[in-house]
Amino acid sequence: MSLKKTLTASVLGAALAVPALADTTKVGFVYIGPVGDHGWTYTHDVARLALEEELGDAIETTYVENVAYGADAERVMTQMALSGTDLIFATSFGYGPDMNTVAARFPDVKFEHATGYIQETDNVGLYNARFYEGRAVIGHIAGKMTQTNKVGYIASFPIPEVIMGINSAYLHAKAVNPDVEFNVVWAYSWYDPAQEAAAAEALIEQGADIIMQHTDSTAPLTVAQDAGIFAFGQASDMSAFAPEAHLTGITDVWAPYYIERVQAVIDGTWEAGNVWHGINEGMVGFAPMSDLIPEDIRAEAEGMIAAIAAGEYHPFTGPINRQDGTPWLAEGEVASDGDLLTMDFYVEGITSEIPN
Amino acid sequence: MIRLEKRKEPSKFWRIANPFLAVVLTMLAGAVMFAMLGKDPVVAIRLIFFDPIFSETFGSYSRPQLLIKSAPLILIAVGLAIGFKANIWNIGAEGQYIMGALFGAGVALAFFPAPGWYIFPLMVAAGAFGGFLWAMIPAILKTRFNTNEILVSLLLVYVAERILAAMALGLMRNPDIAGFPGSRDLRRYDAAHNAELFANTGIHWGVVAALIAVIFAYVMMTRHMLGFHVQLAGQAPRAARFAGVVPARLVVICLGISGALAGLAGMFEVSGPGGQVRIEFATGYGFTAIIVAFLGRLNPIGIVLAGLLLGLTYIGGELGQMMLQLPGAAIQVFQGMLLFFLLALDFQTNYRLRLTRGARA
Repeated sequence: MSLKKTLTASVLGAALAVPALADTTKVGFVYIGPVGDHGWTYTHDVARLALEEELGDAIETTYVENVAYGADAERVMTQMALSGTDLIFATSFGYGPDMNTVAARFPDVKFEHATGYIQETDNVGLYNARFYEGRAVIGHIAGKMTQTNKVGYIASFPIPEVIMGINSAYLHAKAVNPDVEFNVVWAYSWYDPAQEAAAAEALIEQGADIIMQHTDSTAPLTVAQDAGIFAFGQASDMSAFAPEAHLTGITDVWAPYYIERVQAVIDGTWEAGNVWHGINEGMVGFAPMSDLIPEDIRAEAEGMIAAIAAGEYHPFTGPINRQDGTPWLAEGEVASDGDLLTMDFYVEGITSEIPN
Repeated sequence: MIRLEKRKEPSKFWRIANPFLAVVLTMLAGAVMFAMLGKDPVVAIRLIFFDPIFSETFGSYSRPQLLIKSAPLILIAVGLAIGFKANIWNIGAEGQYIMGALFGAGVALAFFPAPGWYIFPLMVAAGAFGGFLWAMIPAILKTRFNTNEILVSLLLVYVAERILAAMALGLMRNPDIAGFPGSRDLRRYDAAHNAELFANTGIHWGVVAALIAVIFAYVMMTRHMLGFHVQLAGQAPRAARFAGVVPARLVVICLGISGALAGLAGMFEVSGPGGQVRIEFATGYGFTAIIVAFLGRLNPIGIVLAGLLLGLTYIGGELGQMMLQLPGAAIQVFQGMLLFFLLALDFQTNYRLRLTRGARA
């Protein structure tokens, strides 16, 4: 850090620091989408409300929605810090640089970054969920249930988290159905109902009879229901939006983690961590399995969930080759977290290419 | 009975008064909306319009932020207004803004990590050129094939967004961070960083450029032959032709200026507050600038005020969300209402209401 920056930071910090009220702990949330998306942001807000419910008068929460990465995020987080917020959860991966900039200016404020990877100061913690575990389960169901052997996949951005999800779902569909094909459409958005609906329609036109999504709106589900095919929800239980199409869906369960971290701030024991929780810890959950899934497949899925939760099965267990045929994991070898978190390749068998 | 009567001449008074009245009406309508949402309307309006500037807690931070948020709006709107005066409708400033950012960032990334005083000026030139180039597409299509510049410039926004995504994922991606889209952070590359010129003032080169553009546009529109031609072409196209205005040349000049200014805005943003080329870089400045241009009466001084006001609604909107849990959509509703009330009020610039005696219904 240059002298000028250091001076700027300390002047800003000293001039603007506002002591927090001693009795209530203030918690701020920065959301990338609208709280009404019924997807990603919605689940974080559900957790925020659960947090209020659990800790009651000891805390005060607030949020700002639709915050763009960059200058806007930096400003919102700074304003939160200025207003005496003790702990800020920023819930999208692109907030990394902005959060670390603000964290350096406000060393007394704690920061938690979902799905992030930048940790420059000791007041920035990272947390993430092992969604690939859930993807494995719905991949299995899709492989078993598709009639056309074509699964449509609506992806958001080509980042490791999304690529990992596609690979996990594909591997487990392929394991039970060697003829299965995945068509991937990139929406370049986390939440854009019109675009997602258009993507779903395109996939159905290409013959897909099951749709998976890594985007947050309920639009693909309703398109699937209108077309008389099946689909999986995303982030929260979306069954109400398309009861005749919704098979199940991976749900994001943030509340236990949020309660634990806020409690740590209250107790004065908070320390920056870097956690990656899965089905076992309860951060990855499932919407109720629909009766549309045949009973035997439902039982297999439940068995898989139990095995993953117990640590008996890892969705990325070798032998697995990369798309170009080169070996990635040897027989019985399990993928390292580092490999997964930087994944930028498809596994063997997926025919399309990652946009580049 | 109320009767409408066309004024002989548009009312000068209402031309100036309407934007202020529109702001007041927006505040009132907003207050009603907030009351219906169960929020204290007085607190809400105070949070949005006053606290960003006057609050003890936030003021010293958000006043500079106001400049950061308003500068690109003003820079783009000043250029758009020149065209709008001549009835040349560049609706695609957002695309030109993106292309300016890509050209500017492209220069920076090509030189990385070399130091050198000349890098930033080159980026400025490249940014303006990128925006200019993108605006030349609708300009040439219009002059050559008589296409509609509204449609062409608007649709090119979506093309620019795709190019932006491709750049963030491919050519300009930061090679040091595996797997994630987005370029290097230009804020951490000193030769390319559009930093604050004075600490904690919010004043960066984009703010300076906006100020220069405003003065330049003001002088041009009031003192220069080109400004006269622009006004004439807008108000009396036939007379303009007799006065020697070549419509095709005017189209190229107006789209060129507005494109270059939008490109500059994009370049200053990507090298400063925005920081990097990323898929979500464009957040709608190019579209909001259209509201700014109209709210500012297409007048450079008016545009400064309108730009500051719109910047205020962004920052105040965030405060309103944070402190009072107002919905995020409230900001967009506010901006929409401003334009809506202004357009509705402009009716009385050209017409007047007359109370006349008539039979009761």
